[in-house]
Amino acid sequence: MQKLRLRYTKRGRLRFTSHRDIARTFERALRRAGVPMAYSQGFSPHPKVSWVGAAPTGVASEAEYVEVSVVERVDPAALKAALDEALPPGIDVVDIVQANGGNLTERIDASEWRIELDGVEPERLAEAVSAFLAATSVEVERLTKDGKKIVDVRPAVVSALVEPRSSDAGHDGAGLSQPCGILMTVVRQVTPTVRPDDVLNALRVVADLVPPVPARATRMAQGRLDDEGRLVDPLQQDRES
Amino acid sequence: MSVESVFPRLEPLLPRISKPVQYVGGELNATVKDWDAASVRWALMYPDAYEVGLPNQGVMILYEILNELPDVLAERTYAVWPDLEALMREHGVPQFTVDAHRPLKAFDLMGISFATELGYTNMLTALDLAGIPIHAADRTEDDPIVVAGGHAAFNPEPIADFVDAAVLGDGEEAVLEITEIVKNWKAQGRPGGRDEVLTRLAETGGVYIPRFYDVEYLPDGRIQRVVPNRDRVPYRVFKRTTMDLDAWPYPKQPLVPLAESVHERMSVEIFRGCTRGCRFCQAGMITRPVRERSIEGIGAMVQKGLEATGFEEVGLLSLSSADHSEIAEITKGLADRYEGTNTGLSLPSTRVDAFNVDLANELSRNGRRSGLTFAPEGGSERMRRVINKMVSEEDLIRTVSAAFSNGWRQVKLYFMCGLPTEEDEDVLQIAEMAKNVIRAGRQASGRNDIRCTISIGGFVPKPHTPFQWAAQCDPDTVDDRLRKLREAVNSDRSLGRNIGMRYHDGKPSLIEGLLSRGDRRVGKVIEAVWRDGGRFDGWTEHFSYERWTTKAAEALEPFGVDLAWFTTREREELEVLPWDHLDSGLDKEWLWADWQDALDEREQDDCRWTPCFDCGVCPAMGTDIEVGPTGRKLLPISPVGVGSPVKNPALTP
Repeated sequence: MQKLRLRYTKRGRLRFTSHRDIARTFERALRRAGVPMAYSQGFSPHPKVSWVGAAPTGVASEAEYVEVSVVERVDPAALKAALDEALPPGIDVVDIVQANGGNLTERIDASEWRIELDGVEPERLAEAVSAFLAATSVEVERLTKDGKKIVDVRPAVVSALVEPRSSDAGHDGAGLSQPCGILMTVVRQVTPTVRPDDVLNALRVVADLVPPVPARATRMAQGRLDDEGRLVDPLQQDRES
Repeated sequence: MSVESVFPRLEPLLPRISKPVQYVGGELNATVKDWDAASVRWALMYPDAYEVGLPNQGVMILYEILNELPDVLAERTYAVWPDLEALMREHGVPQFTVDAHRPLKAFDLMGISFATELGYTNMLTALDLAGIPIHAADRTEDDPIVVAGGHAAFNPEPIADFVDAAVLGDGEEAVLEITEIVKNWKAQGRPGGRDEVLTRLAETGGVYIPRFYDVEYLPDGRIQRVVPNRDRVPYRVFKRTTMDLDAWPYPKQPLVPLAESVHERMSVEIFRGCTRGCRFCQAGMITRPVRERSIEGIGAMVQKGLEATGFEEVGLLSLSSADHSEIAEITKGLADRYEGTNTGLSLPSTRVDAFNVDLANELSRNGRRSGLTFAPEGGSERMRRVINKMVSEEDLIRTVSAAFSNGWRQVKLYFMCGLPTEEDEDVLQIAEMAKNVIRAGRQASGRNDIRCTISIGGFVPKPHTPFQWAAQCDPDTVDDRLRKLREAVNSDRSLGRNIGMRYHDGKPSLIEGLLSRGDRRVGKVIEAVWRDGGRFDGWTEHFSYERWTTKAAEALEPFGVDLAWFTTREREELEVLPWDHLDSGLDKEWLWADWQDALDEREQDDCRWTPCFDCGVCPAMGTDIEVGPTGRKLLPISPVGVGSPVKNPALTP
């Protein structure tokens, strides 16, 4: 049995897929691509696919991770090409390594997010971010299945930076002349999870910042935080060995 | 003139609604074509939620056939849920297709597939959101031609005010013919306007244009006659029949949604039509004769479909799949071929006989034996003779015993309530049958933890069936019988605890009955219900019986008829029925004779293995039964992949 670790994206309209949608789509792509999948034993065997976290529905990602197990040895580069071909555009396999032991989940403890706020002046966003960083605790309410829950956002946020104004606002060509504030933030994966929505709610709490249209978030990277607060590529260890 | 995508305007609304993924398109095997390069453009609608509409075979087949033509474009649209509808109205976003998010109004044709009448209000929402006048009479050359299809189109009279045309029967060849007529008319510079293109469609004899017919009524409210109101329009419109299924192996590239749908599997239609002759079954009556796909044709569709979709399960679809003349060879061949690839095979197995259990055993030989489904439909032997479902209780007990002794643990039985001539006693027999199933099952399996679930639907008389004259049972009687049935099931706890019961109250069935056998006057009810907020009538949480009854009373009062007149009234032999000018091939005299046989509790055989009984379809439509056996075998594909039905030489040499 061979285990492979993949990094894939969730781009454009595909950000509206839920994790379950992605999982189904992925498993079907593995079958179309003719990947010799390993299956679990038992009455209803499932292909051995392990998911590592998952970006929330509505959030795009450049860095999602998954592990697949195969019963016949395959060339990782060939698998990447075959699978990428079988996946819908937007779910793109961007990296693949053969697993070399260890636990992938343990190599991930934070995410970097890029949050685009259409119609929000970068200066206004920067003020709100400063106010947020200056606070020691920013509590927001979140609706869950079990009702409302209070989450303290501030401790999870490692860094938050507003990109300087640029002509390349980075969206799909619509409304080119309107301002767009872009926030880059590194957030620890803690329990309860702090999601981009919670960060935005925190900005509303501290600075009354309410974007005129729903903001768009993208996970840019995941990994372990190093001493300088940067993220280490979780596949690096497999590649080095 | 090119047409812009509405997606930039839709996108900001998506984070504010539930399940936005259903509106973004991008399904595997979806097609987006160049707008300007197409000479005819179709928008195809399934008038229910995306999760129900996407797997619909009819829409999928037509979508692919049309898009295979180089100068034709087809896109899909589905009913939007009320949360998005409200936002679309607020922000001026029109009804769009999910493929390229083009506005519906820009298309030449809008095809709507009605599997059930409960989609009528959703059609009005879509037209209105699209900015297309809901009344066909108000449309101009700038609006699409709205064409209804699907089984409900065999009586399109209730929606005659809203559709421009209706097509009866198989759509494969009909859509191509319609496309050709519209293409020529456009190329000629649209001579004679909308009236002319509709007249050309009517001239084919296979496209019904309701506005070209006048309906005259008798003083008592019955129909006097339905006649064409202009030249070049036929008195009767015939249904379409696609004869050679192997020539139409669609869908070749089944759509695979990103979102979850009601059928998480691929379907291959193994034959079309059914002559079992169940008298309640509209599908069996209007799709005659039986036309089988060949064993090789099925094998090729399964493999190509698996390669194109990656689905883990294949359903072998038809009205009674075990009746395919080579079903044993097909199931064994497929089970052999896909052994070890984790590919499930399923058969909508509704016939009650032991052979069916053998097939189910074969299909499940690598997997779990959970539940088997059978449909005796009637609780008592007498009732089953009335509906022509020739199954004895002995057959059933023998069948379920075979199932339980082969390791199956659950049996699901389908029944109907409210059938013609039904008495309380007929329905109470369902309880006896279920108890006998448990007794036999315990004996055969040697265990106590087996289950029998009885699922009961309300009977709705349908056009073009022997029961088209029948009085529909009123909801109170249906509900009362179901209550008594529940008591009977629970009367013996030692057996009753292993019996589950599923049913709905009888009210939605009555409204379905109104829409099924209604005439043009019912259109006023549909419109009034829709204007009052009626949407998604097939969904319990959206359906309002009170709204339908109130609006029916108001809208029908000026005509001197009412809801009961359309539903619980028995018709006489010579009454002109609203769909009499629409020709399903069935001889009305034969239907009446079969109705009389039903009342006399006389059964009718299947013409596949007994002489023709003159239902009228084959001579009227120029068709014939197309069945095997061919004697051919399904060849193994060597090799299939490991852990996948696909072999990829780039990965595993």
